[in-house]
Amino acid sequence: MTAPTLELRDLRTHFATRGGVVKAVDGVSLRVDRGQVLGLVGESGSGKSVTGFSILGLVDPPGQVVGGQVLFQGQDLARLDEEAMRHLRGNRIAMIFQDPMMTLNPVLRIDTQMIETVLAHAPVSREEARQRARDALGQVGIAAPEERMRAYPHQFSGGMRQRVAIAIALLHKPDLIVADEPTTALDVTIQGQILAEAQKLCAEHGTALIWITHDLSVVAGLADRIAVMYAGRVVEEGPVEAVLDAPLHPYTVGLIGSVPSRNRRGAPLNQIPGMTPSMLNLPAGCAFAARCPRAAPGCSEPPPFVEFRPGRSARCIHPHAEGPPA
Amino acid sequence: MSAAAEAPIVEVRGVSRRFEKKLDFVARLARRAGLPVRKEVVHAVDGVDLAIQRGEVVGLVGESGCGKSTLGRMVAGILPPSEGTILRQGCDLRSLGGSEARLAKLRTQMIFQDPYASLNPRRKVAEIVGEAPLYHGLVRRADLADYVDEQLRRAGLDPTLKGRYPHQFSGGQRQRIGIARALAVQPDMLVCDEAVAALDVSIQAQILNLFMKLRRELDLTYLFISHDLGVVEHLSDRVVIMYLGRVVEAAPSEEVFARPNHPYTQALLAEVPRIENRKRHFAGVQGEIPSPLNPPGGCHFHPRCPYALARCKVERPVLREIAPGHRSACHLNEAT
Amino acid sequence: MSAVLRPSAAPQVETPLRRFASQFAESRLALFGLAVFVVIVLAALFAPWIAPQNPYDLAQLDIMDGRLPPGSVGASGMVHWLGTDDQGRDMLSGILYGLRISLMVGAGSALVAALVGASLGMLAAYAGGRTDTLIMRLVDLQLSFPAILAALMILAFLGKGILNVVIALVVVEWAYYARTVRGSALVERRREYIEAAQCLALPTGRIIFRHLLPNVLPPLIVVGTMQVARAIALEATLSFLGLGVPITEPSLGLLIANGYEYMLSGKYWISFYPGIALLLTIVSINLVGDQLRDVINPRLQK
Repeated sequence: MTAPTLELRDLRTHFATRGGVVKAVDGVSLRVDRGQVLGLVGESGSGKSVTGFSILGLVDPPGQVVGGQVLFQGQDLARLDEEAMRHLRGNRIAMIFQDPMMTLNPVLRIDTQMIETVLAHAPVSREEARQRARDALGQVGIAAPEERMRAYPHQFSGGMRQRVAIAIALLHKPDLIVADEPTTALDVTIQGQILAEAQKLCAEHGTALIWITHDLSVVAGLADRIAVMYAGRVVEEGPVEAVLDAPLHPYTVGLIGSVPSRNRRGAPLNQIPGMTPSMLNLPAGCAFAARCPRAAPGCSEPPPFVEFRPGRSARCIHPHAEGPPA
Repeated sequence: MSAAAEAPIVEVRGVSRRFEKKLDFVARLARRAGLPVRKEVVHAVDGVDLAIQRGEVVGLVGESGCGKSTLGRMVAGILPPSEGTILRQGCDLRSLGGSEARLAKLRTQMIFQDPYASLNPRRKVAEIVGEAPLYHGLVRRADLADYVDEQLRRAGLDPTLKGRYPHQFSGGQRQRIGIARALAVQPDMLVCDEAVAALDVSIQAQILNLFMKLRRELDLTYLFISHDLGVVEHLSDRVVIMYLGRVVEAAPSEEVFARPNHPYTQALLAEVPRIENRKRHFAGVQGEIPSPLNPPGGCHFHPRCPYALARCKVERPVLREIAPGHRSACHLNEAT
Repeated sequence: MSAVLRPSAAPQVETPLRRFASQFAESRLALFGLAVFVVIVLAALFAPWIAPQNPYDLAQLDIMDGRLPPGSVGASGMVHWLGTDDQGRDMLSGILYGLRISLMVGAGSALVAALVGASLGMLAAYAGGRTDTLIMRLVDLQLSFPAILAALMILAFLGKGILNVVIALVVVEWAYYARTVRGSALVERRREYIEAAQCLALPTGRIIFRHLLPNVLPPLIVVGTMQVARAIALEATLSFLGLGVPITEPSLGLLIANGYEYMLSGKYWISFYPGIALLLTIVSINLVGDQLRDVINPRLQK
């Protein structure tokens, strides 16, 4: 088996705030193989976005990656200096943000920005760079790219801008793309287009994709594997089919149960009681215990991340479906 | 459900809402000089008819630019229509005066999308909830504290927190405060404008359950505006689908999801990701959502419609009943 | 199966004011500025009691004490810590009394300008249309004149005197407030809590004053702080030019003017110390204003 495109080992990212240390990412281990799509799912405060930023070294102070490894094709990104990281970003690893204006410079034309991006990593002529930019725009389904390239970001709709941002991510045919909620703010019909592009990418280029979202339905349709995060830790991981059909962790069960289509029409939705705990005040053991219908005295100890079956893990001592580990 | 003879709680007749950008001085001069300067008009809502019966939950669905939020605000009385009338139990509110109009306006309340912007950051929760009922005389000052406690409890909040400020609460709790504020004036209808869109899935479930509970307990009518079809399907009795300011389809919930008629509805339903659909092939609807400043002529959807006829480019389709209770605005239905 | 939610970790009622105060206190420089400013205000307030001498009481002056360097002892045995001016007035006392005038004129004019400017700004934002255009064009007109020039023109018209100086400053300053408040009001007006208040059928006046205004105030406070400093500087300039306050109630500017001719002949203290006092006042206000602006801004993004 070839080495995974990305492997996170016990990644820790902490934020030093006025109220104390926030362990936004607290020992996250994941892997994504070539051509695979990993759906990283969680609600606000789960640490999924910070994980994405940590992979690319984009965590700003007061946050900092304090431990663990980010192995990209075997190389530990957490130990790289900024210059080396810059060579990788936009080139071998790309990121797509929820707000396309985080990628696009509002005062530059699209073609200027894209050509600049190409030239930053590839020693080609301007004309060649322009050609590549045109091709990338065509790939994401923008009609008449030569003409539309000459516009400024504000002249595009939200969906178009996001597609341009994705085109920029594609320019150097990266091996890994980290997408942070890229379609959350988009309309359903535009979302469909973007998801189609993403699928094509993985199939044709072998790009590994980490799709960060809170929307389980999108992950269901797009991803091969899913990892669920809660309060900075991964609580469940496995193939999409297995996790969604037979979830182990009570939080995953609750999350899936909250989705309206999983409930009988008109009946009260299965809700998870309570709220996410404040990250400044996490309980000692399992972070989910206070809201868990299966909580027991043993939950006051931090539960270990156990592999119940090959490729199928959960951080729980009383998971559903399976009994406690032998 | 209500008897057919009773007037619908809200009836929208031929309502349109335009937003015009007034020409500034230079533009007006240019126009006088004969230059072709066009006034920019957005037809946010374009000739909509809608009737909501008492006790119903009507889901209003559409994507950006469809006008659902604008329509919601007109129903709630915050925005006046440019054309058409809105009747509240058979009565046009514009014909009422002074205090009658005021009290009638209270009967329809709105829950907003953004839990961070919908509460006055400088007021305590108790004031936010208690201001309007006190002002309108729904409760005496002596009873205000208990009344506010009651409203907060009903919305699922701990009344001891009423001395706090909005920034001390989470998104879901703020929505509950907004709900308490709306309920405090004893409305019989709520317009929910993407009320759960900004919330996490688990909190969303809690708030949706709250809506359903309140509907049963207080016999409320809802106009539930959302882009999330899953939520709408779960909650609504009837669904109305809008595209670029016009209603394209309206039918009971099961009908719409089982037998969508309008090509746009079909496309929308096909594109919505569902948790049951694994590893599916996404295709997307071709084309962009046109800008409301410059909608296509005839049927607004024709540039993206896989079945467009020549007629669709020039003639606006009328909303017609194609099955009992199921209306659709598409020329293809008249092909027979 | 209680749906009642337990509160989050906040232990006490954190009023917006308390939160604001703790954020303000994060800057040591701003706290220092605040401390200096408080000292200055107190000194000015208690001037009649702490000044060694009442410099305007002609009976107390002895012209033989004129132009004594700092630290020297006068004819009456009093120590002049900062020297005396050409009339024999104790500089320290002069500065303390001068601070009073400077602060009163500066703060007073800023306050009146704030009231006028904020009202016009809110009116422009809420009314829109022609009213808005009219008011904003007046603002543009006002702001296109250099402040000094405008003030001079007004004073030339009105004549000298403290009240006229205040009037001139108000006319020069109101425009900043109007523009700031209008911008802020236009943003806040579209927010959903205002729509909610409309939905709740609250009257327009109540919405403007009880809902809109409190949320429009923060930028106003920042502008106000900076404007006070500016007004003080402006008044000093006018007085320095001889068109400001009368000589019987000199402000710091006038004091500086009085000693100007002696700067090169070695009797620097007559201008220098009032200048330092003016500098400290303005800098401390600006330090406070800077931190205010930084604290208020990110919160507005929420």
